[in-house]
Amino acid sequence: MFRASLRSPIFSLRSSAAQSLIASRVIAARYLSQEARAQIQNAVESSPVVLFMKGTPDLPECGFSRAAVQVLDLHRVPPEKMKTYNVLADSELRSGIKEFSDWPTIPQLYVNGEFVGGCDILLGMHQSGELENLLVANNVIPKVEEETEVQAASA
Amino acid sequence: MINLADLEAAIRTALPVSHLEIEDQSSGCGESYAIVLVSEAFDGKNTLSRHRFVNDLLKAQIAQMHAFSQKTFTPKQYEDYLAKQC
Repeated sequence: MFRASLRSPIFSLRSSAAQSLIASRVIAARYLSQEARAQIQNAVESSPVVLFMKGTPDLPECGFSRAAVQVLDLHRVPPEKMKTYNVLADSELRSGIKEFSDWPTIPQLYVNGEFVGGCDILLGMHQSGELENLLVANNVIPKVEEETEVQAASA
Repeated sequence: MINLADLEAAIRTALPVSHLEIEDQSSGCGESYAIVLVSEAFDGKNTLSRHRFVNDLLKAQIAQMHAFSQKTFTPKQYEDYLAKQC
């Protein structure tokens, strides 16, 4: 549904670039320059919680990114401990982060520099309670009673 | 884009499958799939490493899609999952 807005910049401007993007993914990390890798490493460590997404938290441009933002919101991750990067605004980051994480899709969540997973994993961990444990263990959110999640959901 | 039969064939040749559901969520353009995959190959792997494993096996196929969503179970987990649904 967000396809048109999301595709057009890449495919209309540089279809050859899009093809090399696919090719580079097959060859994986080898084509990520030292400099690009260092920049992404900085981004990954720029905040306790880092989310690479399509769009912004206020205006997600993909349903999967929206879901990731909503789950983090449910857990009341404080804004000062979270940073998001819009990969649609930076095509180098968009391809780079996939190679960096060895993960083919966006969104991607990092907590304290560790790759956690994409949307499926995030939702699964949310349902099982693992996400809350992870966030608590990493001092992102305080340990709270069971009820908080329900309240946050209705808020 | 990739068609459902090719995706299914790729999955079945890549690992032992005890149950597989593939849902085409793309309204026909072949760029968005969600799968439920049950395999003994997932034994002893956590979710992240299962997904990485599948991503790796289907690298060529996923590169041709816009969206790919997966649920992964071991045969035992899938039994428990079905039992809970009833």
